[in-house]
Amino acid sequence: MKYLNEYRDSNLVHGIIDEITRSIRQKWVIMEICGGQTHAIMKYGLDQLLPESIELVHGPGCPVCVTSLEMIDKALAIASQPKVIFTSYGDMLRVPGSQGDLFSVRASGNDVRVVYSSLDAINIAQDNPDKKIVFFAIGFETTAPANAMSVLQAQKLGLNNFSLLVSHVRVPPAMHAILGSPNNRIQGFLAAGHVCTVMGYWEYVPIAQKYKIPIVVTGFEPVDILQGILFVIRELEENKYEVENAYSRIVNYEGNQAAQKIIEQVFEECDQKWRGIGFIPGSGWRLKSEFNDYNAEEQFQVREITPVESPFCISGKILQGLIKPVDCPAFANQCTPEHPLGATMVSAEGACAAYYRYGRIL
Amino acid sequence: MTDPDPNIEGILCPLPLPHNERIVLGHGSGGRMSYELISKVFFPLFDNPILKAGDDAGLIIVLNQAGEHNPRLAVSTDSHVVSPLFFPGGDIGRLAICGTVNDVSMLGATPLWLTASFILEEGLEVETLRKIVESMHSAAVEANIKIIAGDTKVVQNGKADRLYINTTGIGIIPTGVNISGTRARPGDAIIVSGTIGDHGIAVLAARGELNFQAEIKSDVAPLNGLIARMLDVTKEIHVLRDPTRGGLATSLNEIALQSNVGIMIYEETIPIRPTVEAACEMLGFDALYVANEGKLIAIVEKNSADQVLAAMKEHPLGADAAIIGAVTDRPGPHVMLKTIYETTRMIDMMSGEMLPRIC
Repeated sequence: MKYLNEYRDSNLVHGIIDEITRSIRQKWVIMEICGGQTHAIMKYGLDQLLPESIELVHGPGCPVCVTSLEMIDKALAIASQPKVIFTSYGDMLRVPGSQGDLFSVRASGNDVRVVYSSLDAINIAQDNPDKKIVFFAIGFETTAPANAMSVLQAQKLGLNNFSLLVSHVRVPPAMHAILGSPNNRIQGFLAAGHVCTVMGYWEYVPIAQKYKIPIVVTGFEPVDILQGILFVIRELEENKYEVENAYSRIVNYEGNQAAQKIIEQVFEECDQKWRGIGFIPGSGWRLKSEFNDYNAEEQFQVREITPVESPFCISGKILQGLIKPVDCPAFANQCTPEHPLGATMVSAEGACAAYYRYGRIL
Repeated sequence: MTDPDPNIEGILCPLPLPHNERIVLGHGSGGRMSYELISKVFFPLFDNPILKAGDDAGLIIVLNQAGEHNPRLAVSTDSHVVSPLFFPGGDIGRLAICGTVNDVSMLGATPLWLTASFILEEGLEVETLRKIVESMHSAAVEANIKIIAGDTKVVQNGKADRLYINTTGIGIIPTGVNISGTRARPGDAIIVSGTIGDHGIAVLAARGELNFQAEIKSDVAPLNGLIARMLDVTKEIHVLRDPTRGGLATSLNEIALQSNVGIMIYEETIPIRPTVEAACEMLGFDALYVANEGKLIAIVEKNSADQVLAAMKEHPLGADAAIIGAVTDRPGPHVMLKTIYETTRMIDMMSGEMLPRIC
């Protein structure tokens, strides 16, 4: 596979590992923001290749894990209504709400469908004019443009049976929350390459300056990830704190202007609740009020659902990088992907699920 | 895990969802959820040593008049509910024959007879049924088996998805052949008969829901001919398994569990077609978990492995066969994979339904 195999090359991987080992002189704690990177690190066993003085901490960048319990409950409530076709990215179906998950809703005879894109949901809406089609618009900056686009598309097509249940989250406010916490241990960041593809990396410059911390835009293949780590280590050892781009074949400083414009047109910033972490100011996007016709929370009157999560849930500590999945007493005992106790075990990108699948007995 | 945080005693996180009350699609995925359903609902009541052996087919020993154990029969049954009914490389009819022929063959038996039951939805075109039956006939000829009994039921429109087929197969296990999932031993070599994931990706592409197209055909084929060739070389074949739903990863985990052994496979030796690899990459699937319908895993005594592999490669269904790993002497049960970087990771059973990832 062109453009993938080159970045999985074993010689290159070992070459960068050697360079990291040569560059490092002390212990450093680095967080990869994105769940996709956590997944790749565990899948390829990259953590086993790194010098012991590097501690990788897994960040809150799994959109499935951080979607709040109340949004899941709203999704379940909407999907349970008659004449609704509820559409979602696949791995949201497994996330437990207060009572059941989307699998249970589907098993009870409701129409819940997995789609690859919000635009597939638009097609379903066109094909089923007598049904109400709802798309569960979750995700970071990566999925936001296509989700925003679906609203504009629905408007253009004059669809009156399509709406979004929006629960978008943004990376920079989460980084502020982590770095501003008195418990923070993170000394360097791998920024999520796909998020930066859309947003560029101009947003990260003030963060690096404010907290004096290196931030490196990083891709998802083994060579990309190790290169990101190498850049962070070099900065740390040289006492620098700049934003660097180790994913320049995809990402540029400004990002995708057209995508950012569509986001701006459809969404506005809001405070957002992150499962396991809590409210982070300005960390979400919601539909602007002029798009209320496409807002499922308005259309289905589910605004009042506010369940309370158990205060003992530790996935929040994992999402903030304070503890590792294997430090949880429930890990791989009471808590497995079939019987998840927490969101981080649910999604394939969740840190606990990655540890469970790839790293249990190492 | 010896020093739990005092804060996290008692209730931990959001309530787990064991799905004990209603069947969900994950229960039929062939992975861990299926396994749990079988252990909790079926095994306690259908308790007998033949069923509990947990192989692809049940092994019956028929006593002859002299009270000698002969012959040994392998019996297996399988229901086929694939959608769409026709897909590149096959159709539900061919699948219904090959699936059961293969399950019977996985005990080393020579499959001889099949029964076939049809559940038809009111409104199904007779021409469609005819095509499927023709395909069953040619697969039966190819596998050298006879369909000796059958049943037909019709259900109301909307109560089934056009057509379901159940087949049950019977075969005779030759003298000297002793194959079971319980027989993997440290040192044994693990062979896979060809490229993995072809069937699952072909059907997924044919379904059209995910809006992707792939030039890939299902591998659905009867494997009894290939197995006969392998048994000509040596009787030291310990385990045979066809990695259908749940894929190579799930089948290896089942074997590790049945034999209570450790298994190590080597990433770079596993045959995967570039198109399947690319489709998996795009959809966020792992080819190790994608279904096959014309592939087998053989666990073979180490010294016979090269000979068996050579014999397999001479057969058209084993041309891409490869030794992909070994049974280890580390305490089991577990399956590990050595990556191309010489790092090691766990390979688990598939859990529930295979779901595409968000990004």
